[in-house]
Amino acid sequence: MREFIKRYEGLWLFTRSPAVILAAIVALTILIGAAFAPWIAPLDPYDLASFSLMDGLLPPMWEEFGTSRFPLGTDDQGRDMISSILYGARLSLIIGISAMAIATVLGVGLGLAAGYFGGRFDAIVMRIADIQLALPAILTALLIDGIARGVLPTDMQQSLRVTVLTLAIALSLWVNFARTARASTFVQMNKEYVQAAVMQGQHPLRVMFVHILPNILGPLLVIMTVDLASAILLEATLSFLGIGLPADSPSLGTLIRIGMQFLFSGEWWILWVPTLFLVALVISINVLGDFLRDVFNPRLR
Amino acid sequence: MAYFIGKRLIQSVFVMLAVAFLAFSLFRFVGDPITQMTGVETSVADQERLREELGLNDPFALQFMRFTGDMLQGDFGFSYRTRQPVAEMISSRMPATLELGVVALLISLVVGIPAGVYTALRPRGAATQAILMVTLVGVSIPTFVIGIMLIFFFGVQLGWLPTFGRGGTVTIGGWETSFLTVDGWRALILPAITLGVYQLTLTMRLVRAEMMEVMRSDYIRFATARGVPMGRLYFRHALANTMVPVITIIGLQFGGVIAFSIVTESVFQWPGMGLLFLESIRFVDIPVMGVYLVVIAFFFVLVNLIVDLLYVAIDPRLRIKDVS
Amino acid sequence: MLRVQGLTVKFPSRFGDVTAVEDMAMQIAPGEIHGLVGESGAGKSTVGAAVIGLLQPPGYVAAGSLHLGETDLRTLDRTAAHRMRGKRISMIFQDPQTSLNPLMTIEDQLVETIQTHEDITTSDAQARAVDLLEEMGIRDAAARMQAYPHQFSGGMRQRVVIALALCTNPELIIADEPTTALDVAVQSQVLDLIRRLADVRKVGFMLITHDIGVIAQIADSVTVMRRGKLIENGPTAEVLGRPQHAYTKQLMGAVPPLDRRLDRFPVPEDETSPALGTAARTNKAEDWLLEGVRQNPIGLSLDGITVAFPGTRTSFWHKPAPFVALDDISFEVRPGAVLGVVGESGSGKSTLAKTLTGLLKPTAGTMTLAGADLPGGKARGRHHASRQLIQMVFQDPFSSLNSRHRIGAILSEPLWLYGLVKDAADRRALAKEMLDLVGMAPDAIDKYPHQFSGGQRQRIAVARALLARPKVLICDEPTSALDVSIQAELLNLLKDLQAAFGLTIIFISHNLAVVRQMADEVLVLRNGRVQELGAAEDVYERPSAAYTRELLSLTPVMPAEWAQHVP
Repeated sequence: MREFIKRYEGLWLFTRSPAVILAAIVALTILIGAAFAPWIAPLDPYDLASFSLMDGLLPPMWEEFGTSRFPLGTDDQGRDMISSILYGARLSLIIGISAMAIATVLGVGLGLAAGYFGGRFDAIVMRIADIQLALPAILTALLIDGIARGVLPTDMQQSLRVTVLTLAIALSLWVNFARTARASTFVQMNKEYVQAAVMQGQHPLRVMFVHILPNILGPLLVIMTVDLASAILLEATLSFLGIGLPADSPSLGTLIRIGMQFLFSGEWWILWVPTLFLVALVISINVLGDFLRDVFNPRLR
Repeated sequence: MAYFIGKRLIQSVFVMLAVAFLAFSLFRFVGDPITQMTGVETSVADQERLREELGLNDPFALQFMRFTGDMLQGDFGFSYRTRQPVAEMISSRMPATLELGVVALLISLVVGIPAGVYTALRPRGAATQAILMVTLVGVSIPTFVIGIMLIFFFGVQLGWLPTFGRGGTVTIGGWETSFLTVDGWRALILPAITLGVYQLTLTMRLVRAEMMEVMRSDYIRFATARGVPMGRLYFRHALANTMVPVITIIGLQFGGVIAFSIVTESVFQWPGMGLLFLESIRFVDIPVMGVYLVVIAFFFVLVNLIVDLLYVAIDPRLRIKDVS
Repeated sequence: MLRVQGLTVKFPSRFGDVTAVEDMAMQIAPGEIHGLVGESGAGKSTVGAAVIGLLQPPGYVAAGSLHLGETDLRTLDRTAAHRMRGKRISMIFQDPQTSLNPLMTIEDQLVETIQTHEDITTSDAQARAVDLLEEMGIRDAAARMQAYPHQFSGGMRQRVVIALALCTNPELIIADEPTTALDVAVQSQVLDLIRRLADVRKVGFMLITHDIGVIAQIADSVTVMRRGKLIENGPTAEVLGRPQHAYTKQLMGAVPPLDRRLDRFPVPEDETSPALGTAARTNKAEDWLLEGVRQNPIGLSLDGITVAFPGTRTSFWHKPAPFVALDDISFEVRPGAVLGVVGESGSGKSTLAKTLTGLLKPTAGTMTLAGADLPGGKARGRHHASRQLIQMVFQDPFSSLNSRHRIGAILSEPLWLYGLVKDAADRRALAKEMLDLVGMAPDAIDKYPHQFSGGQRQRIAVARALLARPKVLICDEPTSALDVSIQAELLNLLKDLQAAFGLTIIFISHNLAVVRQMADEVLVLRNGRVQELGAAEDVYERPSAAYTRELLSLTPVMPAEWAQHVP
């Protein structure tokens, strides 16, 4: 038993922290809801025929004039809030997860290689990272988006919206991974097991991916979680600024931007329901990230 | 020491050149500058003449050198949208953004550092757990939502503070400041808090982590074993050693503050550079975008050079060579 | 003065309280140096921490009494305990590099400490600080006091640390491994200083160390601990000269003597397997190795090897002077011989190992392996024959095995890499046999490195090296991270392997006594230069270089008559 607990330290800690369990449940529920949105959502918010202006601005069911047909109310177009949110979360998560995945592959690859080879290659990667750092994430994302507007013809701009947004976010986040992977690789390079592998004449790729990578997964996993949260926030922010996704295929950020118009007029649910949903999602991801950080760096506990 | 500073200076120049190159490429390759500058009524021949006059047919490297030279002399070109000099547009908006950024950064430091120290020294206290919970929520709520919430409660529900614009400003020597009027300060409070909250949580968590690391070091244990009073131990010994990594991150954060002011300015309709940048993206106003980029990078590089100087001031290991 | 009785320290854990120290007793009189000796996990540092009241939380004193003079240390509240620290009890830590606040001058740290405990003016405190530093043997103290810690060398820093511990005239100083991080020459100076302070100032010292040689040299009395329990205590000459307890005897037997070479160390039989190469056992790994290695051992030679690193640049105008780690090194290792390489930190021993294994490229000079040219650095291709023929055992058993790989994968890797065994199942079988050969249980194969102790990991590291079927084995400080009894076992194993397979071994260590046990020939290095090279017997008995003589005279040794009681 003792051996088992030591081995699965993280699992044991997990069962001891109610906040983390709650966060995992919330994140998982939202993930499943978003993944199966087309089958779960009562209505299809992209299908103009499925909603009507007649149902517009209905409050949630527990308020006066609310109806059980729309448990969380409707927006000004008469779209069911639940359906909009599920579809919105779906888009937010698709963009967030793909951006994070691209950033991970790019950043970890470059960081590992920079740490392993050092010298000139390392210097070049780090100078690029320096430049990237001088232009914060949101600025990079806005800029790439702006360039896409200038370069792509108008019709393609619409169809490539999600791709451009994903790439913009991915390119603004890779530096985190590259720097972390590089720093951790440097630490491992001084460890004797790596020297043993190099000395024996093992292939650099084998040393990097079979020997070093498994030993630096901990900090990378933490960054992946934190950056997933960042990616989702970034997407929401861009959409909120009106630069991200348009109103006909709304992400959570777009929904909040639409809701802003009703801030002063009393239809609170159009703004606060998607907002709460977004915040709940990001908080749970961050709680999980913090938990992972504690597991991998027990000294901060 | 001179070498350390000099090396950083060269790296900074390198970063600035790279960003200038980025801005130049934007200007040169995203859309055709000539069609942007001229109207539909301009003939093809006139367009060609203009192209020649502006040197757009010259070799690429020469064009970049000219572009950089112009920038160094303060000539940032003209906006496609308003036809005004970009230098004027940016400089008239700069005070608003800088004042907002500085106040936000101050909030983050004045609250973040003590909170970080406290939570590091009392890691198991109830107050620490509460503060950590709040900061976790702090990093998870997008800046614009914080802004909306502040507007909703203090602007709409309570009606205490204005929700948009700069309020009263006074212009001194071409610098339009909010600091000299009550209205200006009232208008500044909500945007500055909005912008400061995220930085505050970052500062606090960083100070906490570094402080906990330092508290475990041998020299703190040795100072404890010598009976050095706790107050001195925490502040003279531990906090001072924490400051080296902390000011690094603060330097990096300043760039973030300026960039995130884009969002804050958009929520509060704050007439700063960020709002200008957003407009220029919407209208694909490439010269303004490019210059904004260069200005942001310049601030970033400048602040980080100051951070390097602070390093030298704090850490004798950089200042005095090893004699042994 | 200090009286400890029935001391029990516990650390609460989720499996219940772990007892770190149990029923410990000791007394220290003014001017007495009391050695507290034991191997890792003995709880010696915990005793020191309990006395000064700085147990790492959540550890606590569960029972027993701690008295300093008339003061009951257990009844003090937090404030009183903190006020007593520095005033009456002080402490010296192991590593002088990290014990001083890097951002404060030596003067500030001294004056601060003095004024904390005494109400005197700054100028008086400064004067006291200067006197104290001079007493510690720091010349020109008034000026040097203005400097920051990084401006002092390691030995000087430990003097400053001692001055800081002493500046308020405490009755007791707890010195936790005060010389472990220091080279022998500096160690001997610091020990002399401690002895003088005890004699002249009548300060009591609790000297915590793993090094019995140090205890033998300066301690008046000694307490031997094991696994948190008191084994034996009394005057040093009595405990070490006529040990009563079996553990003390075993400990004494495991200490390598400097004045002679042992064939094998006397270690309890339960841990080691029968000697290799005897008919009593059959082992497939042994046969496999013999088939590949025994027939023709090979030699190695270096000619004029120089390794220089570019210096750290500190100016735009001056090119930094290169740092020369190895300067014109030439030697030859006969096939099947053991070459011992000794030197202090910075002597270039590890650079030598890295150069031989191709991790570093020499700036000048040539190497040969079995008479054929041996290229250095990147010039040695990944498929060069020497990659297999030269294997290495590293210093740190905690980092030399990949913690994410199972032992089976670690051991099979060389077999796969060099194409020695094609079939995965055969590789696994051979790895199991090899574990047996190095004295490990075969079920280790499915475990991860963290499930083993340092000594066991070092055995696994030896097994990994052997599975490449090497002819040359480079051992870089293979025992410096191990306790003496474990060190004795590992040295026995290496001796057996060398005898059985005729391996050519280059054995690198800072410890002259350890090298003596292994080496046929000895190379003495200092600052990258060869000081002396010759047959081991000659170097130890009739050293020709002044430096070798100095090293030999400064290494703490036990009086010869104490060593006779070894079983």
